[in-house]
This record gives sequence, C-alpha cells and structure tokens, in this order.
Amino acid sequence: MAKKVAISIEEKRRRFFRKLLLYCLLSIGGIIMIAPFVWMLSTSLKEPGAVFTYPPEFIPRTQLRVEHNGMEYGIFTAEIKGKLQQVIRMKLKKDMAMVKLYENGQVIGDAFEIPSVRLQPLKQVNIVWRNYIDAWNAVPFGRFFINSIIVTVCVTFGQVFTSSLAAYAFARLNFRFRDQIFFGYLGTMMIPYTVTMIPVFILIKKMGWIDTYQALILPGMFTAYGTFLLRQFFLSIPKDLEESAFIDGATKFRIYWQIIIPLSKPALATLTTFTFMGVWNDFMWPLIVTNSMDMKTLPVGLAAFQGLYTTNWTLLMAAAVIVLIPVLMVYIFNQRFFIRGIALSGLKV
Amino acid sequence: MVDKETAEKEHQAKVLAYKKHAALRENLTGYAFLAPNIIGFFTFTFFPVFASFVLAFCQWDIITEVKFVGLKNFIVLIQDKLFWKYFANTLFFMIGIPIGMTVSLILALLMNQKLRGIVVFRTIYFMPVVSSLIAVALLWRWIYNPDFGLLNSFLRMLGFRNVPQWLASTSWSKPAIMLMSIWRWAGYNMILYLAALQGIPPQLYEAASIDGANTWRKFWHITFPMLGPTNFFIVVMSIIGTFQTFGEIYVMTGGGPAGSTTTIVYYIYNNAFQWFKMGYASAIAWFLFLVMFLVTLAQWKYAGQKVEYSVT
Repeated sequence: MAKKVAISIEEKRRRFFRKLLLYCLLSIGGIIMIAPFVWMLSTSLKEPGAVFTYPPEFIPRTQLRVEHNGMEYGIFTAEIKGKLQQVIRMKLKKDMAMVKLYENGQVIGDAFEIPSVRLQPLKQVNIVWRNYIDAWNAVPFGRFFINSIIVTVCVTFGQVFTSSLAAYAFARLNFRFRDQIFFGYLGTMMIPYTVTMIPVFILIKKMGWIDTYQALILPGMFTAYGTFLLRQFFLSIPKDLEESAFIDGATKFRIYWQIIIPLSKPALATLTTFTFMGVWNDFMWPLIVTNSMDMKTLPVGLAAFQGLYTTNWTLLMAAAVIVLIPVLMVYIFNQRFFIRGIALSGLKV
Repeated sequence: MVDKETAEKEHQAKVLAYKKHAALRENLTGYAFLAPNIIGFFTFTFFPVFASFVLAFCQWDIITEVKFVGLKNFIVLIQDKLFWKYFANTLFFMIGIPIGMTVSLILALLMNQKLRGIVVFRTIYFMPVVSSLIAVALLWRWIYNPDFGLLNSFLRMLGFRNVPQWLASTSWSKPAIMLMSIWRWAGYNMILYLAALQGIPPQLYEAASIDGANTWRKFWHITFPMLGPTNFFIVVMSIIGTFQTFGEIYVMTGGGPAGSTTTIVYYIYNNAFQWFKMGYASAIAWFLFLVMFLVTLAQWKYAGQKVEYSVT
C-alpha cells in the first residue's frame, strides 16, 4: 500500500509538469491566434498619431501636450541632475534636444540642451471611441448590414428549403431520369465557381439586375452541394417510419415535412450554418454585381471603405471591428455548434 | 366461361391502368419536389456551364456582337507569359499547405489531451475561421506594415535589423499571403484532425503499449496512418481553395507588387470585369477547371489505395 502511494506521488509530479508544458504550448498558439485581433481592437481605439510607435503598444495612449507662447508642445519626462522631471521639447537637433522645465502646469525657466535619448514621452491612457462613429458615418455601414442580413437570410432559407425538397426526391422517390439528373448535379460540383460566374454575370446584366437584391440572392439559392449533402443524409434514415405513415394515407409532402425534416435536424443545421457563413462572408459575387454604395454587402462595403481610407489605420481597424463583432459574438456563444458542424461536414463529404 | 375471361381481362386492364396511373403520379410527384431547385440550378449552374464553354471559343466584350474565334483564346493563353507567371504564383501559395497541416496536426495533438479549459483554446483557435476574410485581410495589411506593423515591430524587438518589407516587396509578398492563410485556417484543420484523432479506437494504442511501443512509434504507426482520410480531405480542399484565392489579394495587394501576388482567379476577374474580355476569361476559367480536375483525379487514384483503414 505504502509503495503504491509513493509511486503515485512521483507520477503526479510527472503529470503536473506534462500538463504545465501542454498549457504553455497551447498558450503560445493561443497568443499567436488572438494577438492580431487584440492589435486590431487596440488600433481602432487609438488616436491617429498614436499608432506609429515603437515598441508597439496595446493600450491606447497619447502623449500629453501643452500650449506655450501660442505653440503646442509635447510633454516628456527626463532625468535631469539625477532627478526625474517633466519637460517640454522645443527643438530637436541630431542627438540633442532643446527643452524647458515643466512643473505644476507651468513652463518655467529658460531653454537648455539635453541628450534626446533621455527624453521619454509622457503618455496617458486615451481611448478614442470616436473612431467608431467616424467609420460608421464615413460609408453607409448600416445599409451594408441590412443588405447582408437580407441577402444571407434569403439565400440560406432558399437553399435549405429547395435542396431539401430536391434531396428528398433523389433519396426516396422513383421517377424517370432520376439518376441521370442526379449525375448532372454531381458533375457540376467539380466545376469551380469562376467558370459559371461569367455567364451568370452576363445573364444578370442583360436582365438589368445589376445593383438589385435579385442579383445578390438568386444565383446563390440553388446549389448542387446542399442537395448532395442532404440526399446522403436522407438515405441514412430508416424507411420504416415513412412506410407506416404511407399506409396510414400520408401524402409524400407530409412524409417529407413531418418525418424526414424533423429527423434531419443535424444535417439541416450543418447546411444552414455553412451556407449562412459562406454567404455572409462571400466577396466576389457581390463585388461583381454591385456598383452603388447602397447595394453593397458588408465585405464589399468594407473593401470600398478601404479604397477611401487607404492608410487611415485607426478608422480602418474600427471598420473591421464593426464588421467582425456580430459574427464573433454569434460564434462565441454557439461555438460548440459551429465546431460540431465542421467536424461533421469534414467526415461526411 | 366467356364472362369469366372478359372479367379477368377487364381486371388486368384495370390493374395496368392503375399501375400506369401510379407511375405517372410518382413521376409527377418526383418532378414537383425537384422543380424549385432544378429550375434555379439549370438557370444558374447547368446552363452557365455550357454557355461558358461556348464563350471560351468566342471573343466578346458584352457590348458588340459575339465573334466565334475557334481555338484562338487557348492559343493566346499558352503564349501568355503573364498567365504562366500568375499560374506559378498560385502554385507557390500551395507550399503553405503542408506547413499549415503540420501546425494544425500539432495543435490537434495538444488539444487531444484531457485538460481543463480546453474549450477556451478551441474557441480562440477557431476565431479566424469564422471571421470575414475581408476584415482579416485588412487587419493583416496593417500587421504587415513595414514600419509600424505588429510583425516587424516584434521582429525588431527580437533583434532583427533587416526586417522584410512584406507586402511591399516582390520576394516577401507571397510568403506574407501564405502566412496569413496558415493563421486563418489553422483552427479549421485542427478541428478536422481532432475529430479524426478522437475516432481512432483506443484498443489500437493499448495493444501497441502491451507490445512496448513508445509514444513516437505509436504516432507513426497508428495515429498517422489512421489520419489518412483526413489528410486526403484537407489536401484536396486546400488545393481547391488555394486555386481560388481572390479576396485577400484584392484587399491586400491588388495583385502586386509587380504582379507577384496575382492569382489565376484574380487574372480572370481582371480580364472579365475590368477589361471585359469575356471569351478569354472563360478560357482561363476552363483551364483552371482542367487543372483542378486533374489534381483531384490524381489524388483519388494515389490515395485510393491508401486511405482505407477500417477497424471493426
């Protein structure tokens, strides 16, 4: 008995270090994954001038400034005669700086020279929420949100509904040319989006649908992928229930609606999640079929915003945060669901 | 006698009529269920595939008449030096695939331990996957800023003097795009690996332990072979995905500097929607399809003999 305890203490210690190592490695990975997001958030809350600093700062701070003789000067701290003092920098020449002492809100005395390396800017935390207001007002972000929601909801609903109907037909009904038609569906799954994009664009243009919701919604509503995914799932459902329902006189539509659909919730949820994410983040198609600002979806709107404020990093990051926050919120509160969906689709396809 | 015979005949005719009627009904029901999807599918996928194929042999700027030019687009394509350069760019991006897969597998192996708080890590690793590509691309453009971007600041803090110019340099722009891609997809591939790892029957490891195999041998002789189908899936999906790289290029570099990050799809986009060469753009799109098709086919053939491991 005593021997066993002794072993388990050693084992415990070994396990403890193993765990510690695992946590360290996982944390390094975690920091790499999350640092860009933190950096984005931090930049979005800075004053425009405060982004150009080395070493990089994650907490938004700005240098304090003071007016003196009608000019604005930055306040620094410097060690002068062994004492840490606040100064304002009047001039900078090579390695030396002309400074004046600054005490209790007063500039005192005459200017003198000190080595500029000793100067440290005096900074204060300064969170600039205004960036968000400015970014929001610079382009119609509210409109982009509404467009994205309309397009995503319509495409997702349309796709799940029409593919589940078609999938039911392919999985359960006998009709002429069923297998040939299904083969036609399968055949197009290999063909990249770029091939069909050009004729569909021409079609949309000839219909005069550029800058309309039809153009954004209709082409995305009918996919072979959704039909295929659901058909595979429907085939795995046992037929017994349907047969007894059929004997009881249920129509095919009732069987589809009251038996198949409720039994397929996991597959439908996966398809819904994927379609939703795909459409919400889709960039190329909305880019091609929209010209006016008012018809852009969020990703295209964000790209257009970038075109206007190329290097205005605080505004750009604020805009990126605006675009990311809703999706990340939905994700964080439903992450189990998202991840199960990914794992499922990866194995089933 | 006669009566009986006619009755029999009548009955058979009825049955036949009923069967015919039932078959017709079944056909109609089938088509009714199919109709909403197939009409849209035909209009926006099936018909465009053929239209695109025809377009590939034509010259058209949408405004003037369509002109049939035979194989001209394809001949131009073969001689188009820019096209081959962009094709090479696209292939270059694929170097990132094995690197990214290794990263994801290591993460998955770490995550596959019974640790408290693992959900937090999983949530964080997966964040870039759900994020909008355009927002992420914008963010990385800032991270890659040569003077004040996060990456170069970090490299300087580590003591590097000559930090890369990233998106502004012809030699570093491609690795920069690749690095961002690895970061973006690491969590996704990790989840796929994790699901596969959890599907490996524990008795395999138990048996190996009894035989005295160490962790390393267990990895190479059990884990890695059992991940075959997942590796295959990730490789195929990553190659298809890389061939279609567009959004990040549009936002981060606009194809530059000096065409060093232009991908095939970006070239198709420019030809079709900037220069309105619909025919030529279609020809490139079909070439892209052909390459993707061959790659997938080759992988199926190669992996077909290797991925079957079932344990019952």
